Amino acid sequence: MKYGQRRFIIGFLAVPLTIYTVFVVLPYASAILISFTRWRGVSANITFNGINNFIKLSQDALFFNALKNNAKVLITLPIITIILALLFAALFMRGLRGQRFFRTTFFFPQVLSMAVVAVLFNFVYHPTLGILSSSFKLLGIKQLSAFPWLGDAATVLPSIIFVAIWQATGFYMVLFMAGMGSIPTEYYEAAKIDGAGEWLIFWKITLPLLRESLRTAAVFLMILAMDMFVYVSFLTNETGGPGRGAQVLSSYLYQTAFRQGNFGYGTTLAVVLMAVVLVLSIFGLRVGSQETVEY
Amino acid sequence: MDTASAPTTTTPPAPARSENPRKIGGILVRILIYLFLIAWAIVVIYPMAWTVMGSLRTDRELLFTPWGLPTHLHFENYLRAWKDAQIGQFFGNTLIVIIPSLFFTLLFSSMVAYVLARYEFRGRQFIFYLFLGGMMFPIILAMVPLYFIMEFLHIRNTFPGLSLVYVAFSFPFTVFFLYGFFRTLPRELMEAAIIDGASHTQTFFRVMLPLAQPGLVTAAIFNFLGQWNQFILPSALMDNTGLREGQTRSVLSQGLYYLQIKQQYTNDWSGMFAAVAIVMIPTLIVYIIFQNRIEQGLTVGALKG
Repeated sequence: MKYGQRRFIIGFLAVPLTIYTVFVVLPYASAILISFTRWRGVSANITFNGINNFIKLSQDALFFNALKNNAKVLITLPIITIILALLFAALFMRGLRGQRFFRTTFFFPQVLSMAVVAVLFNFVYHPTLGILSSSFKLLGIKQLSAFPWLGDAATVLPSIIFVAIWQATGFYMVLFMAGMGSIPTEYYEAAKIDGAGEWLIFWKITLPLLRESLRTAAVFLMILAMDMFVYVSFLTNETGGPGRGAQVLSSYLYQTAFRQGNFGYGTTLAVVLMAVVLVLSIFGLRVGSQETVEY
Repeated sequence: MDTASAPTTTTPPAPARSENPRKIGGILVRILIYLFLIAWAIVVIYPMAWTVMGSLRTDRELLFTPWGLPTHLHFENYLRAWKDAQIGQFFGNTLIVIIPSLFFTLLFSSMVAYVLARYEFRGRQFIFYLFLGGMMFPIILAMVPLYFIMEFLHIRNTFPGLSLVYVAFSFPFTVFFLYGFFRTLPRELMEAAIIDGASHTQTFFRVMLPLAQPGLVTAAIFNFLGQWNQFILPSALMDNTGLREGQTRSVLSQGLYYLQIKQQYTNDWSGMFAAVAIVMIPTLIVYIIFQNRIEQGLTVGALKG
């Protein structure tokens, strides 16, 4: 019995674990090793480069530019998305006429691929035939009636961040609704008997008991903010936008590794990105997990 | 339940009867809320609706009256996208890749999730976090080494190779999701089956897997959407070297990207709109059919999370 169980466990895990190790674990792990090499990919000529790649990094203005843009996304994307999603979720949880329509609609973008969404918004932001420009034309605002939203260093990043918010909000709305649905109604009833108002109930009961979902949302959105690869590649044609105004770490690293063939330095960038993501995830999980509320 | 069910016998007659406790503020707040919801709904729907409408119009119409409705339905745009822009080939390639990858993603993930959820053994924790950890990092980080691993194994630029990679990258979410599902299944059933003389493997395939069917369906839907939409993996791993002119190994979202770049020279807007519609519509259909399951799936994930 015991022997059979052991064989069973190994038998079930062997193949999946091998596939996972070869195609996921190994690449992530070796990224760290490659980052210490000077490797241009074409030849097998891999020379160890010590920390030189990291020194180069510390003097690379393009890297800091990308990092700065990531930071902007990191500050705006999670906060705006969570606020919008919370608002929608709170409204729909109370029952609203026509809420099914709104809920279905708001979740829609989530099932589209980032690629499709990016192409859609390439149309939307188009200076002449885009709906944004033509809306402004319709409203009679001349200055914006042919504005190149993705062709201006000042607007390219906010425009791309909006696309990410547009797509992500529905998912987190449903996530929060699920979280809110699992809060026992007695809490609300008790609060109401005590005469608590809507706002007070939301702040004192809903939000604290939603901690787990909020934590999940924050971590996933921070990871998305450090990624943004698909949106940036599509919406700037891999250039990072005018004046590299929307260049982020992931797109810079893709360019360095796959377009310029500088795999060594590319993976150095990848490792920095990985470190940032790791720190953010741990930070997110830590902050959220203190004093978990049991109910 | 909602505002309508308030006047029941159990509710004590409150002094301020006009203030229904379930009602959000006054009428003005209500109007503002609806305006906001409608505004966001328009922001969400319009780009999609506009693209679908645009796909049925001509380039001239698109350029001169971006807001207009189609005058005649120009379905030839779809034909052009499907044939000339190779969307048909991209579509076929995508299916060739994701049909096997979906099957193996579900099979392997459920095996792993079951063992992790239902058995105690050394290294269990480690393996669990190993699988979970894959969710933490953007795929782009693994891309460079993965490219060379695929080259080394001689499976880069092959459809089975790409399927395998899809399976591997689908593990973290799927294992985690099904793990939560197997945890909720009653332990007694498994024990009863084993007492009845079923082997562990038989117990899994005959008893536990059928019970986990709702979870499997949800996992299948999420993976369908994820793999159908995958962009980074194929664009780093698949190219057209060694193919005849007019043939391609690209999958849909990758193909869409090339189309978008080509678009800058060809200016075939209506064809491009049609191409986007072709990629977009299957996912919307899946969503509309399985809407409840998708939302429930999220619920399970959230409760377990």
